[in-house]
Amino acid sequence: MAVHTSGQSVAKAAEPGRARGRRRDTAGAPGKLRRALSTHWYAWTMVAPVVIVIGVIIGYPLVRGVYLSLTNADERNVERSIGVNHLPATYEFVGLDNYADALTGSQFLDTLGWTLVWTVSCVAVTFGLGLTLANILNRRIAGRSFYRMMLILPWAVPGFVSVFAWRFLYNEDNGLLNKLLAGGGIDAVPWLNDPTWAKFSVIAVNVWLGVPFMMVALLGGLQSIPGELYEAAEMDGANAWQRFRNITMPGLRSVSTTVVLLSTIWTFNMFPVIFLLTRGGPGEATQILVTQAYKFSFEISPRDFAQSSTWGVLILVLLMVFAAVYQRVLRKQGETW
Amino acid sequence: MTTTNVPANAPVRGRRTPLASTALHLTLLVTSVIAVFPVLWVLLTSLKPASHATTTDFVKETTLENYTKLLADTEFLTWFGNSLLVAGLTTVLGVFVAATTGYAVSRFRFPGKRGLMWTLLITQMFPVAVLIVPIYNIMSGLGLLNEPAGLVITYLTIAVPFCAWMMKGFFDTIPREIDESGQVDGLTPFGTFWRLIMPLARPGIAVTAFYSFITAWGEVAYASAFMVGDENLTLAGGLQKFVNQYGAQWGPMTAASVLIAIPAAIVFLFAQRHLVAGVSAGAVKG
Repeated sequence: MAVHTSGQSVAKAAEPGRARGRRRDTAGAPGKLRRALSTHWYAWTMVAPVVIVIGVIIGYPLVRGVYLSLTNADERNVERSIGVNHLPATYEFVGLDNYADALTGSQFLDTLGWTLVWTVSCVAVTFGLGLTLANILNRRIAGRSFYRMMLILPWAVPGFVSVFAWRFLYNEDNGLLNKLLAGGGIDAVPWLNDPTWAKFSVIAVNVWLGVPFMMVALLGGLQSIPGELYEAAEMDGANAWQRFRNITMPGLRSVSTTVVLLSTIWTFNMFPVIFLLTRGGPGEATQILVTQAYKFSFEISPRDFAQSSTWGVLILVLLMVFAAVYQRVLRKQGETW
Repeated sequence: MTTTNVPANAPVRGRRTPLASTALHLTLLVTSVIAVFPVLWVLLTSLKPASHATTTDFVKETTLENYTKLLADTEFLTWFGNSLLVAGLTTVLGVFVAATTGYAVSRFRFPGKRGLMWTLLITQMFPVAVLIVPIYNIMSGLGLLNEPAGLVITYLTIAVPFCAWMMKGFFDTIPREIDESGQVDGLTPFGTFWRLIMPLARPGIAVTAFYSFITAWGEVAYASAFMVGDENLTLAGGLQKFVNQYGAQWGPMTAASVLIAIPAAIVFLFAQRHLVAGVSAGAVKG
């Protein structure tokens, strides 16, 4: 029997000592390497396709992206072909200049500021609404599945279609929202053409898009809380608020920490909403980091690949720091993740 | 949360005052209208004559003019085909490549597993901005810009880590006793995976596939940057054609939106119960 250890308990009992020891003295003991191979070769074979794919199509571009961020590459000096002429790359290594420029200039920091406002307000409002709706839908209430279906609908429509639907509603001259306001005798609102309104509008659309997922995930969490807990609490005289604080919230913790982490990352990187609603405008008012980085490499002339990559790397670093801190905080509170 | 401050000597559990009931229904009604209305309004607009697209009347005269024009005079069907091809290939390849990894990560402890799990997690945080420039340059070097194949390869950067992560969640829900019984019967881990686990995991795989399909179907950034020229666009790029800074053709835009959204929404609403399970399996069990 060479291959076994699928039961976790078995694996756990057999592994830890060996696994730790092996890594340290592989060089000294080829026998251990061979044994590791014979124990683990099937696991390694199974993960090989993903490792190869990730290495080739994510790892290599990532390394190149990091390298580009250390150069002055732009449209005019990268390797390219014009007709039959092939021009070699002439960009140069500039070290950390791009990072220094980004972090000391105002553009990156201003965009970061709005990106943070955007992320925090979207996630907070989405979570609040999702939690409220999930709690209502978790009660016995007439027409529950009908409401649930209606509320899920925004999730069912492809995101870019919804965004265009909203652009249609927001249209300043003849969008429905302004027509309704006009009916009430209120002046037209420049939904997407005034910096403040545009910020409000993009947040509203993103919340509209995000609530269904949040609601469904939290509803799943609520349904996994045993009803007996509530009954027992009620026997002890706990009121609704106390039950919510002491049973619902703790019962939802693992779900809510996950969805908050996910939706924070998604919102931070939410390209389509900004790109399709406002293109970052008016001016750069609604530009978040991701759309601005895109703009550098695809919308301005000459395309600034180096700066775009620099922003990309900075975004990734920010997100990873966030995820690590988040996880550490959770772990301190006794949550295993 | 809302309006359930029942007094201390409250009535029996499960009953609520008529006032509270009304408030709950009102909240649900208002939010449902907000959720449905934008979609409904686009549907209504698509049925109006193009010249009336921006009027507020609900239904005065309905016509399919927008649809016939869209199908006859624009590249809509080509875009639709492109999207179908790209998203379909991405899904099949993504699921195919990721399946065994999901299983291995769910079942075995092996050196490198922690690192792999972290990689899968972190790659899902990759903003499009990190990879888009280098991938663009690589694709341009390989002559794959403006080719569906290039977009498929690019989308695999999203689909593969995601599918592996999500399938791990589904495999976790299948009892380990099944693997053990397979081994008792003399199956290798590969045999166990292929003959016992895959058939059981079929619903989970369907959900994973569905998710990666709609992710690729709705992707905007890569599609906008890599595909140019009318006949190469996917739907996300095509729809932008109707509404740009020079003006808006709301008629065809709304008709196209309906043709994209209605089939997707129907499938989605049928599949949503499983999707919900997928969310909790994939996300929560991480």
